[in-house]
Amino acid sequence: MIPSSFDYHAPATLAEAVALLGKYPEDAKVLSGGQSLLPLLKLRLGQAGHLIDIGKIPGLEYIKEEGGMLRIGGRTRESALERSEIVQKRYPILVDTAKVIADPIVRNLATVGGNLAHGDPGNDHPATMLALGAQVVAMGKSGERVIPIDKFFLGLFRTALQPDEILTEIRIPAPVEGSGGAYVKLERKVGDYATAASAAYVVIGTQGFVERAGIGLTNLGPTPIKATAAEKYLIGKKPETAALAEAARIAAQATEPSADRRGAVEYKREMARVLTGRALKKAVERAGGK
Amino acid sequence: MPKTSAEVQGMGHSMKRKEDPRFLRGKGNYVDDVQLPGMLHMDIVRSPFAHAKIKSIKTEAALKVPGVLAVITGETLAKYNLHWMPTLMSDTQMVLPVEKVMYQSQEVAAVIATDRYAAADGVEAVEVEYDPLPVVIDPWEAIKPGAPVLRTDKKGKEDNKIFHWEVGDRSGTDKAFKDAEVTVKQDIYLPRIHVASIETCGCVADFDKVNGKLTVYMTTQAPHAIRTVFALVAGHVGLSEEKIRIIAPDIGGGFGGKVPVYPGYVIAVAASVVIGKPVKWVEDRMENLQADSFARDYHMTAELAAKKDGTITALRIKTLADHGYADAAANPSKFPAGLFSVCTGSYDVKKAFAEVDGVYTNKPPGGIAYRCSFRVTEAAHAIERITDVLAQELKMDPADLRMKNFIKKEQFPYKAALGWEYDSGDYHAALKKAMDKIGYAELRKEQAEKRARGELMGIGICSFTEIVGAGPSKHFDILGIKMFDSAEIRVHPTGKAIARFGTKSQGQGHETTYAQIVAEELGIPAAHVQVEEGDTDTAPYGLGTYASRSTPVAGAAGALAARKIREKAKKIAAHLLEASEEDLVWETGKFSVKGAPGRSKTIQEIAFAAYTNHPQGMEAGLEAISYYDPPNLTFPFGSYICVVDIDRGTGMVKIRRFVAVDDCGNIINPMIVDGQIHGGLTMGMAPALLEEITYDESGNIQGGSFMDYLVPTSMETPSWELDKTTTPSPHHPFGAKGVGESATVGAPPAIANAVVDALSHLGVKHIDIPITPEKVWKILKEKGVAE
Ligand SMILES: Cc1cc2nc3c(=O)[nH]c(=O)nc-3n(C[C@H](O)[C@H](O)[C@H](O)COP(=O)(O)OP(=O)(O)OC[C@H]3O[C@@H](n4cnc5c(N)ncnc54)[C@H](O)[C@@H]3O)c2cc1C
Repeated sequence: MIPSSFDYHAPATLAEAVALLGKYPEDAKVLSGGQSLLPLLKLRLGQAGHLIDIGKIPGLEYIKEEGGMLRIGGRTRESALERSEIVQKRYPILVDTAKVIADPIVRNLATVGGNLAHGDPGNDHPATMLALGAQVVAMGKSGERVIPIDKFFLGLFRTALQPDEILTEIRIPAPVEGSGGAYVKLERKVGDYATAASAAYVVIGTQGFVERAGIGLTNLGPTPIKATAAEKYLIGKKPETAALAEAARIAAQATEPSADRRGAVEYKREMARVLTGRALKKAVERAGGK
Repeated sequence: MPKTSAEVQGMGHSMKRKEDPRFLRGKGNYVDDVQLPGMLHMDIVRSPFAHAKIKSIKTEAALKVPGVLAVITGETLAKYNLHWMPTLMSDTQMVLPVEKVMYQSQEVAAVIATDRYAAADGVEAVEVEYDPLPVVIDPWEAIKPGAPVLRTDKKGKEDNKIFHWEVGDRSGTDKAFKDAEVTVKQDIYLPRIHVASIETCGCVADFDKVNGKLTVYMTTQAPHAIRTVFALVAGHVGLSEEKIRIIAPDIGGGFGGKVPVYPGYVIAVAASVVIGKPVKWVEDRMENLQADSFARDYHMTAELAAKKDGTITALRIKTLADHGYADAAANPSKFPAGLFSVCTGSYDVKKAFAEVDGVYTNKPPGGIAYRCSFRVTEAAHAIERITDVLAQELKMDPADLRMKNFIKKEQFPYKAALGWEYDSGDYHAALKKAMDKIGYAELRKEQAEKRARGELMGIGICSFTEIVGAGPSKHFDILGIKMFDSAEIRVHPTGKAIARFGTKSQGQGHETTYAQIVAEELGIPAAHVQVEEGDTDTAPYGLGTYASRSTPVAGAAGALAARKIREKAKKIAAHLLEASEEDLVWETGKFSVKGAPGRSKTIQEIAFAAYTNHPQGMEAGLEAISYYDPPNLTFPFGSYICVVDIDRGTGMVKIRRFVAVDDCGNIINPMIVDGQIHGGLTMGMAPALLEEITYDESGNIQGGSFMDYLVPTSMETPSWELDKTTTPSPHHPFGAKGVGESATVGAPPAIANAVVDALSHLGVKHIDIPITPEKVWKILKEKGVAE
């Protein structure tokens, strides 16, 4: 578990970091919390000649509500998210998610930006961000751009980020009246990636009908999955047991799990259904809809 | 109540562990902390194939990596006839292969470099060409006629069988089964697991070319035996036992995994001898999980015969033991299946027969005693599971069935059908205590109500009997060396002492408990007794720490050595008090003249006199040594009750409560005993619910890293509820029995029984461990009760 040799860079500004990424186009990697990248390097499953540590760049770790959005700095640690008062009060789905990522020691280092940028379908934040309809801000040599989360995950370990782009911020629409979200994960033990997990977000109108629904699924295919058909199905429905169960059933159909030691394909699909049902139920409860 | 004062801290005091300050402050000294001038580093090239011919090993590129000094292959070692080595079970095992590899991750070559990083780069650069051979993974396939013969190195070997071992009355047992009113039969598999100690294995081999002395700092549970093994195996290349020093420094968990001699140790030693510089080798986590000796992998078929009223009349067990490509178990020599014959458990079974067949497969070698006294976990699982199967068949409460068949208190010492003489026990009391503590009757009521509502809850019992403290010299030896153990105590002039033992703590707390034994016997405060183990140049010879033998054997030696010192102290006291020895009475820490309580001498005064004013004709000094050959093994026992709830949606099993009533005889340090039980229960829960190593058909290991080898954390661990009964061992000098392994042995069947109990109304009779959510969910689905 010893990586091959690499050069380490610790730029002091974003511009410098972007320039370094441009300088070693094929051979550089952003180093954030290192909790996904370093294991890959140590197992020699991946290689990088240059690691560009963005940890010395000021102003990348924050959580604030501004302009109707929750803004999370790209290098914000999972532990900060978990402990943030505003997140605890207004975004319980994010606490659900952060709490089940790895273990407290990993969470002290791992970052929210890294969790998305890694493009690992086993990571937990992607599903939540898909359910919430988040946006990702990327900084590259030609400046800043905003990528909607449903355009972000392109394939296994592949995202819409260019090799010289740095994910600087995640934006989540602030909760509205009647909204609620929840993340439910099945894991074999603490620290394990999900056997299956489901993020659900609903907005229930004053008449008691679902106005908006978001469902994201973890580790159930080569990319994080947005269960679009199930989301559509719920719109205009009363969030009652039968409707939630049907939405969960439809969501499970969107999965393409592969068998591994966590379970066979059939089991994982069924877990997608069971967990989505539970996540929806909890989301509706939190939305005040019961 | 402890006999000694709070100052003395003898037996029964929960003295804080003397070793903990250094561990808690990061001042432990483990093998990987050892740094020697000029030290080189070794890393190992491992096989990607489970069975393959080695066509070529190209080392040129590796030798060009800056810092790489040498690449050692099987050919290199063959020059010294060191490419094969014997195992403790009289089998042979490769150090490095010349012809073929036999399991995935087997050592293929070793790179020696000036630093650890260069060694790893060197490993990447070694090019090995393989020719894959047919792989035999399933032991049932391995025993079929016509299966590829794996051990082609053994001349004339025509099959994959290693040994057949049997014990008991075969025909009498068969007859009892024929005559039985009721019989039950169950296949029970105990999976391949790994001790996964937090510290992996490693060594620093330091050969001093000038005076020919080899010092090896090594992660070993049995330093003295290792020294002798080295002398026997490498005698022909000039290593002589007086020139070998094995030092086992602090050890981060052993659990049986640090008893064997691994190829890495031998290669590092050979490298140091050839190069003349210290060589460090420390495995990484994946090497540890993938290549070091495994445990269990027992395919058992257990049967019980009984009367309709539940009286068990006979037990029969047939087992296929998958040993991997070599029998590298670490059992006493005469016991190829360890102490599996304790499989009649806590019950008065009149007729019994057990047989075990060992078989080779393309997997890592082993069969070690993972926190159990040689295959006792297997035995306990078989008897405790099949007992529940019988209860289910008879529609009897499993507690009632146990109570009915327990060996009765007055039957001890009890001669078991398979030969053991159980020293002492009160099984009824332990189970009753556990049932009272957990509220058994109410739980059964709750379960009935829940079942009516479609909820799944189960209650599982395990009433195990352990067999530890190997062992009496009549039966127990390793490579011919009898399994005694030793203690040497020296009392200094100021009344403080040093005590050295032939065992080696790996976290058990010997520095504390041994000091307390000496304190109990001599009245010298435990704080003033310095305990040392693990250095073969200083400690007396002993067989080491495993199989819960330290307290039963070395602890006993400590008490007896102290008693020898007391004998001499009495003579000195008589001299000082001008009284006759017969007139002296001992109470902890001093001799007094009978009837004259004012006239007494403390052990400290006596110690001073031993060096300053000893009687004429007596040798100076106050020290003794004892080699203890136990007259029998000791038989700790306990009753565990586990309550589980099952999530009908996911199949996840949650342990709601777990009550453990243990009986390990007289207790030295209650806090340490509780700690051993807490850790043991957690290590027992691990294979019951989480841990398993499996292989695909090509022999690729699954579960070879902590990503998939699921060691439980505090989050998965329930809050254990402990209690105890105390039944002293009648033959042990201070009535102790050993406790390190009881909980690992007793927990898995309790948990498995609870899960099966939760599903028994659906017709479920057995589930093999680990009981994963998916396994349970499949059953729920099949039975039509999944959410
Ligand atoms: C034992 C263990 C268990 C784990 N369990 C879980 C789990 O249950 N659920 C879960 O979701 N995760 C889990 N993780 C992963 C952990 O959360 C990762 O840390 C996270 O996925 C990546 O974040 P990081 O900050 O560590 O990123 P790094 O490891 O530093 O980087 C990961 C990848 O993203 C790129 N990258 C990182 N930040 C940026 C950025 N700002 N801009 C552009 N590219 C960037 C890097 O170049 C790299 O390719 C686990 C990790 C460990 C070690």
